[in-house]
Amino acid sequence: MSHATTNKATAPAGRPEPEVDRRPLAKRRRNRILLQVGCILITLFMALPIYLIALSATSSRAALQEFPLSFIPNNFSLETMQTFLQSTGILGGLINSVQVGIFTLLLSLIIGVPAGYAVARFAFPGRDPYQLFLLFTRALPIVVLSVPLAQLFLQTGLYDSVLAVVLLHTALALPTTILITSSVFLGVPRDVEEAARIFGCSPVQAFLKVVMPMAIPGIAAASIFTFVMSWNEVLGASILTLNQRTLPAQVLSSLAESPLAYRFAGGFLLVIPALIFIFFMRRYLTNMWGSTIR
Amino acid sequence: MLLIAPSIVFMTLLFGWPMVSGILQAFGGPEGLTTANFTRMGQDPYFWSSVGNTLLLIVVMIPIQFVLALAMALLIRAKPRGSSVYFYIWAIPLAVSDLAAGLVWLTVFTDRGYLNSVLASVGLEPVSWLAYDNYASMFMAVLIAEVWRATSLVFVIVVAGLQSIPKDYEEAAGVFGAGFWDRLWHVTLPLLRPSLQTALILRTILAFQTFAVALALTGQNFPLVVGETYRWYTGLQDANVASALALVVMAVSMVTAVGYLKLLKDQSEAPR
Repeated sequence: MSHATTNKATAPAGRPEPEVDRRPLAKRRRNRILLQVGCILITLFMALPIYLIALSATSSRAALQEFPLSFIPNNFSLETMQTFLQSTGILGGLINSVQVGIFTLLLSLIIGVPAGYAVARFAFPGRDPYQLFLLFTRALPIVVLSVPLAQLFLQTGLYDSVLAVVLLHTALALPTTILITSSVFLGVPRDVEEAARIFGCSPVQAFLKVVMPMAIPGIAAASIFTFVMSWNEVLGASILTLNQRTLPAQVLSSLAESPLAYRFAGGFLLVIPALIFIFFMRRYLTNMWGSTIR
Repeated sequence: MLLIAPSIVFMTLLFGWPMVSGILQAFGGPEGLTTANFTRMGQDPYFWSSVGNTLLLIVVMIPIQFVLALAMALLIRAKPRGSSVYFYIWAIPLAVSDLAAGLVWLTVFTDRGYLNSVLASVGLEPVSWLAYDNYASMFMAVLIAEVWRATSLVFVIVVAGLQSIPKDYEEAAGVFGAGFWDRLWHVTLPLLRPSLQTALILRTILAFQTFAVALALTGQNFPLVVGETYRWYTGLQDANVASALALVVMAVSMVTAVGYLKLLKDQSEAPR
């Protein structure tokens, strides 16, 4: 029994000799240590770059000029971040990014939640092609949409507006929203809804009063996901805008002619939401990716 | 039906319409339909190097990511002390954009960055990792940044897949004397196939879209196909060639996705 569970992280260990009693224990301890070593190594690889960009973004300009650079935060300063935030287009880009993110979230919920509910509850004709269609659109590269959309928006006067980016991001997020919400609704037992109907709720009431409250956590997860997708999307946003840049688009377009300190500060600002997002979402991540993609 | 109608209308408007007009644009010119845009695209000196770079990156990166993600998922499943903290940290890059990832690793690889600081403090010569004449190190930098950023996605999918496999199978195999590698190869991996399959398709398609990492790290020195689209559109202001490039990216992604599906379907239907 202990043999089966201990040596998971290591190479096949030698067959346990019957006469030695303490071996499995020693092996178990060794395996635990190896396990921790592996985990710590990977954690270093994953966390060190984030630490370094945080360190760079909170170092003064003078400290960034030094060489070799110090790995310890001994001259903390907000100078770099401040200069970055005061550069042209950054504050506006930040506001645009937040706006685009929130509107994308709302729009994709308004369109996506009913569709997700329908996919989960009703066997309507053409359900399979519809789901296939969603999968197909998920696989479509952003760049394929962005360039023609830019032309269309130029003709319709939507070009270079928050709305243009919102529309693109909603189109990108919608398939995921529908798939996640449908899996959330699948988790709400049908009986509960039927019980509500028997006690006199209309279908809409049953949905709003009974199903929705149970589905809220999953839907919240889907919306945070949408927001982050929109926050991170850079190619479409840079192609669809000129002056109303979102934050990543602004950083990307001024990449070539900006000092290193500016890029570090921009990178750090872009990473911060990821830290927060994953912190709140960590319990949902496996559910989301596990159930929705199939 | 009423419930899905808005989504269908919306998606048709924002997917169907641009796709049709994108195709028209790619073949469009001053005088009717033409393949001139593709010729111009092919003649651009950056085009073929960008195709080569993209393919090389994908071919090298995908295996590394899958091995690493599998190892990470198995480590997490062994439930080390602090596994929830590890899971959190390992999942963070999932929400980091490729632009941000490029900028993050720029702090490491830039000429006066942290890597060279380490080298200098142990007495070695600093290296210009991202210089245009240093192709191998440039490629390594982009590769590491991409592995860092995108392995998390595979990791999370594999963890989800592992959770759905009952431990009994492995324990049974262990009782019958299968060692760790035997159990991994003959029990766990076959059961993980659906998860690995989706992860593989998703990751490859997304990998074709990588561009900002390379842009942030190396500027134009390490062109990738989507980065070229961006350059043609914003830098050279030629929407037609940009569309042609976009179409190439789409065609390649579609072919890969269908290819994977065919390949994996043929194998997975046999045991059923």
